[in-house]
Amino acid sequence: MTKSGFVIANMFRKRTRTILTLLSVIMAFVLFGLLQSINSMFSAGADFVGATRLMTQARVSFTQPLPVSMLPKLESIPGVARVAHSMWFGGIWQENTPLFVFSVDPLRYRDVYPEYVMPDAQWQAFAHTRTSMVAGKLLADQYHWKIGQKIPISSNIYPQKNGSKSWAFDLVGIFDGKDDAWRRQTNVAFINSDYFDEANGFNAKGRTNFFILKLTDSQHAESVSKTVDAMFENSPDETKTQTERDFNLGFVKQVGDIALIVDWILFAVFFTLLLVVGNTMAQSVRERIPELAVLKTLGFSDGSVLGFVLAEAFALCLCGGLVGLLLATALGAMVEKGTGGQFQVALDARVWLIGIGAIVAMSILVGLLPALRARRLRIVDALAGR
Amino acid sequence: MLRQTFAITSLGVRSIPERWAPSLVIVIGLAGVVGVFTALLAMRTGFESTIKATGRADAVIIMRGGSDSEINSGLNREQTDIIEQQPGIAAGADGKPLASAEMTVIAELLRKNDVKNGANITVRGVETAAFALRPRLKIIAGRIFTPGLRELIVGSGVLRQFQGAEVGEQVRMRGSQWTVVGEFESGDSHDSELWCDINVARSTFGRTGASSVLAALDGPGGLARLKSSIAAEPRLNVDIQSEQEYFSGQTKQFRQQIGFLAGLVTIIMALGAVFAALNSMYAAVAARGKEIATLRAIGFGGFPVVVSVMVEALLLALAGGLLGALIAYTLFNNLSVSTLGQNFTQVVFNFRVTPGLVLNGLIIAVIIGMVGGLLPALRAARVPVTRSLREQ
Repeated sequence: MTKSGFVIANMFRKRTRTILTLLSVIMAFVLFGLLQSINSMFSAGADFVGATRLMTQARVSFTQPLPVSMLPKLESIPGVARVAHSMWFGGIWQENTPLFVFSVDPLRYRDVYPEYVMPDAQWQAFAHTRTSMVAGKLLADQYHWKIGQKIPISSNIYPQKNGSKSWAFDLVGIFDGKDDAWRRQTNVAFINSDYFDEANGFNAKGRTNFFILKLTDSQHAESVSKTVDAMFENSPDETKTQTERDFNLGFVKQVGDIALIVDWILFAVFFTLLLVVGNTMAQSVRERIPELAVLKTLGFSDGSVLGFVLAEAFALCLCGGLVGLLLATALGAMVEKGTGGQFQVALDARVWLIGIGAIVAMSILVGLLPALRARRLRIVDALAGR
Repeated sequence: MLRQTFAITSLGVRSIPERWAPSLVIVIGLAGVVGVFTALLAMRTGFESTIKATGRADAVIIMRGGSDSEINSGLNREQTDIIEQQPGIAAGADGKPLASAEMTVIAELLRKNDVKNGANITVRGVETAAFALRPRLKIIAGRIFTPGLRELIVGSGVLRQFQGAEVGEQVRMRGSQWTVVGEFESGDSHDSELWCDINVARSTFGRTGASSVLAALDGPGGLARLKSSIAAEPRLNVDIQSEQEYFSGQTKQFRQQIGFLAGLVTIIMALGAVFAALNSMYAAVAARGKEIATLRAIGFGGFPVVVSVMVEALLLALAGGLLGALIAYTLFNNLSVSTLGQNFTQVVFNFRVTPGLVLNGLIIAVIIGMVGGLLPALRAARVPVTRSLREQ
């Protein structure tokens, strides 16, 4: 019998116990995977953006719009290649479903966000149709929108001049992301700011929530943001400029202490699991003390007896952990798909890496004590049942 | 039979300390499930009760039609003046309508321990009637703002979670400095706000109107009268809601999200705990195998054995549930946190571990204990006596 065969045979000696323990481990890792990916939604959600873009908003709050007339000044700053602007529309689909809809200058936006890909003809249609709208692929797929359709969307902020809050836009293009990370960012739609600014009857004319500054080189990020903020200091339209990454992080942080609570749950789940699996391992070693003594009598070294026990713990954690993470992956993808990308909880490579780290840490924690006990056994005592 | 049951059960329970390791697994496992369940729902309860406490049943909030929150609403000066003159609104002590046009804007403050990313805080510009409309609001430090000056009063919740708005400090908004002159407390979501004079806010933020009008009703029929007169007024396109209804509506999204999270986490953790409990109870039954077989050999029946194993599982589960609820209570009850509310601004609230939540947690524990105890109990009763006695 090979050594690994020996370990496996030992594991299934008490079949019920092993299977039940495995199931507990699987459940723990399903939770671990899902919670960890909720967590990375809060902490590292901004990983995919480079540092070559800055976001300029009103210093008091981004809900206070800035005049679009600031744009030429921003664009004349050395180190700034191109400036786009975008404004939150407050889009509502049908009864009560909020959508991410922004009013933008089409061609400027295209220059600043090359990560969004769409055929040139559609970009041109977006720029040259007054009532145009383009939608990200995720969004268009979710609501089965087709190019050429008129899409009715209302705004919970901006009425038209006639007081109505029901708007309608012509869908002229559907864009996708250049890679996986950006494909997940296509749950948004954009409308043409020329038309929006003319048709909206609210006192936010000629204004925008954000300027997005594309830099010639990410090295300029700090100096450019200082220049911008100094330029408008002490005016009613004081600005706050930060990298896109910092902006996104800050935005997610607004959700606040929810992330902290998720951490607490993760801790509780792990602590519980540690005890359950640890107890199983301790028990199975306790029951086998005479056998381990026999192994030693046959000439197996202290080290290899320790190895047997550790390997058993590792095998248990690895099987349970991998199955659990796989289940979590399937579940997360289902939730993400079901909500049209609103809850981005699909497990990515990062979560898997952390998960595998947790499997290893877990095996050592639960295996080490029983393994050390097995190693320390003195043959005479063990055989005598002392 | 009853005496047999009692005898075996007490024998089993008294021998729990000899099998403490597997017993502890049940206790800790259940403590984990119940603790997490209670903590998550305590968060939901705290948020809900903070927001719901804000609304009075005898007051209405009037916003532009189709705006689901104050921050999205906008009324011009003419509209707010017309609204305040409508029938159905109670009169204040000064004989004027008891109504306050209010403008909400957003400012950023840093969380305590943060140096970079600001969080959205509601700044509410109010008319003087605002204080009469909210009798629970008390100034607990400093004084009220002086109309016409750039002065703010700060809610106590803001002070708990954010920095830079202590009484005496200056807050910068749109190129101007504002002085914080007082602190107030009202025990509801206004504690997460900064308040100032609406006219000063208008000039600073370049606005002319207001976001909403809050008005007290002049009796039970007031709402109907106000609604019909506003519907008849062509210059107004507004939604009228009782203040209580409006604030209940504001909790819906959070309630659903946390409810979903709590449900998912509890179900998965409970499954894990059931497997762990099964494991432990099988171990317990195996450890008592000889003893049970001996009892049955001298004439004890199978049923008392089943009961004794179930009782043991239930007791352990209940102990675990209580421990979990206790941990959740000591760690989380009254813990102050904040999250984004419907207005896209921070709402500061405290966790609330209520007796009802603890009871629900214990029910979950008992169910898990029953499921975890049943199969091992049946096995204990079914194993042939001769086989158990032969085993080492």
